[in-house]
Amino acid sequence: MKLDEFFVTGEPMIYAAMVSIVVASLAILIGLTYFKKWGYLWREWLTTVDHKRIGVMYIIAALLMLFRGGVDALLMRAQLAVPENGLLDAQHYNEIFTTHGVVMILFMAMPFIIGLMNVVVPLQIGARDVAFPRLNAVSFWLFFAGAMLFNISFVIGGSPDAGWTAYFPLASLEFSPTVGNNFYSISLQIAGIGTLLTGVNFIVTILKMRAPGMKLMQMPMFTWSILITSVIIVFAFPVLTVALALMMFDRMFGGQFFTMANGGMDMLWANLFWVWGHPEVYIVILPAFGIYSEIIATFSKKNLYGYKSMVASMVVISLLSFVVWAHHFYTMGHGSMVNSVFSITTMAIAVPTGVKIFNWLFTLQKGRISFTTPMLYTLAFIPIFTIGGVTGVMLAMASADYQYHNTMFLVAHFHYVLIPGTVFAVIAGFHYWFPKVFGFRLNERLGKLAFWLITIFFNVTFLPLFFLGLNGMSRRMYTYSEGSGFGPLNMVASIGAVGLALGFVVLCYNIYWSFRYAPRENVNDPWGGGRTLEWATHSPVPEYNFARTPNVKGMDAYWHSKKENQPLFEGKIEPIHMPNNSGQPFILGVIFFFLGFFLVFSWWIPSIIAGIAVIIMLAARTFERDHGRHIPVKEIMEIEEKHGGELV
Amino acid sequence: MKKRGPLLLLFISLIMLLSGCSSKLLVLDPKGPVAKTQSSTIIFSMIIMAVVLLVVYVLYIYMLTKYRATKANEGYEPPHIEGSKWLELIWTIIPIIIVVILSVVTVRSTNAVENVPVGYEDQKPLVIYASSSDWKWHFSYPEEGIETVNYVNIPTNRPIEFRLYAFGPITSFWVPQLGGQKYAMSDMVNKLNLVAEHEGSFYGRNSNFSGKGFAHMEFEVLAQSPADYTKWVDDVKKTASKLTPEEFDKLLATPVVGRKTYSSTHLEFRPAPEGANGGHHHGGGDADAKNNTGSMDHSNMDMDGMNMDDMGSMDHSQHE
Amino acid sequence: MKINPNVPLEYGTEENSNRIFGFWIFLGAEIALFSTLFAVYFTLWNRSGSGPTASEIFELKGVLVETFLLLTSSFTCGLAIHAMRHGFKKATLVFFAITLLMGLGFLGVEITEFVTYVHDGATLSTSAFLSSLFVLLGTHGLHVTMGFLWGAAIMIQIKREGFTPDTTNKSFIFSLYWHFLDVVWIFIFSFVYLKGMM
Repeated sequence: MKLDEFFVTGEPMIYAAMVSIVVASLAILIGLTYFKKWGYLWREWLTTVDHKRIGVMYIIAALLMLFRGGVDALLMRAQLAVPENGLLDAQHYNEIFTTHGVVMILFMAMPFIIGLMNVVVPLQIGARDVAFPRLNAVSFWLFFAGAMLFNISFVIGGSPDAGWTAYFPLASLEFSPTVGNNFYSISLQIAGIGTLLTGVNFIVTILKMRAPGMKLMQMPMFTWSILITSVIIVFAFPVLTVALALMMFDRMFGGQFFTMANGGMDMLWANLFWVWGHPEVYIVILPAFGIYSEIIATFSKKNLYGYKSMVASMVVISLLSFVVWAHHFYTMGHGSMVNSVFSITTMAIAVPTGVKIFNWLFTLQKGRISFTTPMLYTLAFIPIFTIGGVTGVMLAMASADYQYHNTMFLVAHFHYVLIPGTVFAVIAGFHYWFPKVFGFRLNERLGKLAFWLITIFFNVTFLPLFFLGLNGMSRRMYTYSEGSGFGPLNMVASIGAVGLALGFVVLCYNIYWSFRYAPRENVNDPWGGGRTLEWATHSPVPEYNFARTPNVKGMDAYWHSKKENQPLFEGKIEPIHMPNNSGQPFILGVIFFFLGFFLVFSWWIPSIIAGIAVIIMLAARTFERDHGRHIPVKEIMEIEEKHGGELV
Repeated sequence: MKKRGPLLLLFISLIMLLSGCSSKLLVLDPKGPVAKTQSSTIIFSMIIMAVVLLVVYVLYIYMLTKYRATKANEGYEPPHIEGSKWLELIWTIIPIIIVVILSVVTVRSTNAVENVPVGYEDQKPLVIYASSSDWKWHFSYPEEGIETVNYVNIPTNRPIEFRLYAFGPITSFWVPQLGGQKYAMSDMVNKLNLVAEHEGSFYGRNSNFSGKGFAHMEFEVLAQSPADYTKWVDDVKKTASKLTPEEFDKLLATPVVGRKTYSSTHLEFRPAPEGANGGHHHGGGDADAKNNTGSMDHSNMDMDGMNMDDMGSMDHSQHE
Repeated sequence: MKINPNVPLEYGTEENSNRIFGFWIFLGAEIALFSTLFAVYFTLWNRSGSGPTASEIFELKGVLVETFLLLTSSFTCGLAIHAMRHGFKKATLVFFAITLLMGLGFLGVEITEFVTYVHDGATLSTSAFLSSLFVLLGTHGLHVTMGFLWGAAIMIQIKREGFTPDTTNKSFIFSLYWHFLDVVWIFIFSFVYLKGMM
């Protein structure tokens, strides 16, 4: 392979990106050396098995990916702002919308959620850590290796360009001859395995590690949502694993699964992709529902309305999520019978979702609502997400979908679901649990400014797209003619996108500002209305989470122990068993990164060497005897003193 | 409510805007019975959904104005409310009723748009093969023996049976003012029944992303009176050249072309993937080659998942 | 480390009992994985293009040998766990050795089968049917290979350390895995080979 094929060339924007990547990497390396932080980085972060630190790393990675996906989005909106724009050519635009989709769903939304659940779930159930801390680190590093592998395709080899859905035959070697779609299949595979292991880990954690006395129907709603999400992950991700493997065989080993000759079947890819893809949507939306449930209860100073129906509706949604996948391609010609069945199952999802909306509204009733930043996002979610929901019902109607399918109407719909649903939720959760991790809250003024910018400009960006779709504008068009009349509304959307970006800039500035100037509170319940166990321990949380295991007597354990003056922590402090740090997960991630990279370029000998290295790592693990360590009582007492005394 | 009020206003004004300028939005400006069914389905669903939104927004504004924290209610201790069986039942049952209503409408309208439109069943449909290749549309008229590229002329008030397939990536054949879209794929033929009730030129395009030239993959549908249409066909037969296999291969290999007209079709030497030519090669075209039975098993993903019981077979392809 | 004396040694600690539970969930994911592969196979199995069909290439003899080996190995694997519960170190090791050797034999027959197919011109890239067949069988075969390596590593550990909470836990989880591969094979035998030969 020639060097100019290896590196992506010929685009000033990509040269700029290459330069900035090199400069940024150098700056990080020099900075780490100058401030003598290598040891700190290795000991405290790269080798950590602490769920809180792993969660923080997930969230940092997600924020980086949000930036990447956001730049993609801005470029798309810039290109579409005016008709016949020459800013991007077709190829570049195709790569950008493909990576925007993949990055935002798989490398931003999912890790952000997994980051929050890592930080919060063990605290909410009163556990010391997740069930398998080492596996948790492996999950993170596999995700990170996958994400990095996907992102270097931008400068090395070329990005995938067949859409995030990568429909065959378009994504086949014949129509997409560059390595771009190899990056797609292999990086998603690596990250996907990490996600699958996370799912296993959290099911065991939630089912087996709850504090004594906490029954399933007394768990916080966020924990419930993560339990259900984990179950969906465990059953949906293997389908992606298979689909991506078949894609790899077709592209790299002459497989005939989705080809146009020799019996291959292009619709099979679409089916497999969406059998995973639709549950995936609920993997990113159910945790969001969980986050909103926590926040709405806290800031209404009331318990969640209709707890049982909230749980039941999530279970129903998770079951339905597996039987609606064909609504992504009503137009494939299954006939009216099949389409009608899938229409009905799809619309049925509106019922449990509606139950949740009304339960949230009635949680507000007779409450005392305070408008903090996390609560603002939660409150904005209800009306905006409902628009996403009702347009979803409209899309579910097969006959009408023939007119919406593949248009900007669809694009508007899923952004109306995913942004107020998932993105607002992770931002809200970020603001809400931030003090738990760092001991201080983000600035409220800046937080609210960012909120209003994001909320208003979100609508300015995406509302016009509904009308563009109804006016015949298909999605994924890199340009359109003057005569089409799509110009003005596209301009409005592009202006909105700039405002939306500004909102995210303020959000990031707020993080910076708060780190420098926000008052350090270091109180366990900074919002003053915490209900669940995570607020019962110190902020920042000591590595062992709880000096003594809490005794749970019912729902909203922390709130009730405060109100009824009952001690949550009883008994004397005993030595705490903790897992040891390990460099193995990080090294495994690095090996997987190289394995993936070699496979992308079909460099077989290096691939085989990397594959053997993986097996050696597995062998090292099985022969290893690491039973962790115990923190002695004296050390616990000292830590508790430092945090301002032991909690009752 | 001063905070989310503007949003509601915005939405209401948009609905008004929508009804005001609906004549401008292509999908809501139908020129044939299929698109008309779809646009009335869309408008019906919009009205129901607007009612749903209204209920949610009214409740929402009520809750936010009434129960916000103020200086006056400092020290107010919100009560513990478990939930309400009756209320929760109400907001389960009413959505179910709405879904049932919408389901009936969906099943009916989907059947209507999949079949030849009502009132046109007795007419013999005009069969036009619409096939896509990167990045153009070929329209073959087997009865007339003519073929066009990137434009298609049709007679008004006569059912047209478009038979869709592709020489490459999946594309989607879409003429918003005549009816919704359907995929064109390489190993089977999909049928789309459309009727134009008005003369005129309609915008048509591929709506499914298919690579670099996708954005420009448009075509014009010209609906003419039957007399004009017959005259056009005769003209084409007289003036246009024949489509030879060489010319067709050259055409397939050219990424983007303008309009072309020929006095023979490619179907003669390159038949569509239907019948014995279907994508279902096995043994050598035996009996069920016609029936593209792709059965997509949906593995039973139950919650405990420890048992692998039935493999509920979901037959998803009943094209033909 | 607190060891609960009332349950078998492999369940004794909280960590170990979590591991067994976690592995069951992992097997749930494996079921989803193989179900998808079966679904792909059933979708494509009569789309053999210009290549051979199932009945043309399948041969009963090799398949019966494979089935016999894997089913028996599953039985000896169960015997190994039984011996382990009774604390018979030597018997456990012998039964595990038989299990792994039979697994190896299975792999040998499967590889021979693959070589024959390829030799007869039935390769991964011949048709959709053969692609799906090779990937389904190959995935199962890869699992058996990994199981072989894993089992061998566990045998070394038992030999070195005897029965500890660690080694018994690993052995028990390994046995779950091995039985699972056997179950998958029964499905392959019935729905791939028998159905294909009919």
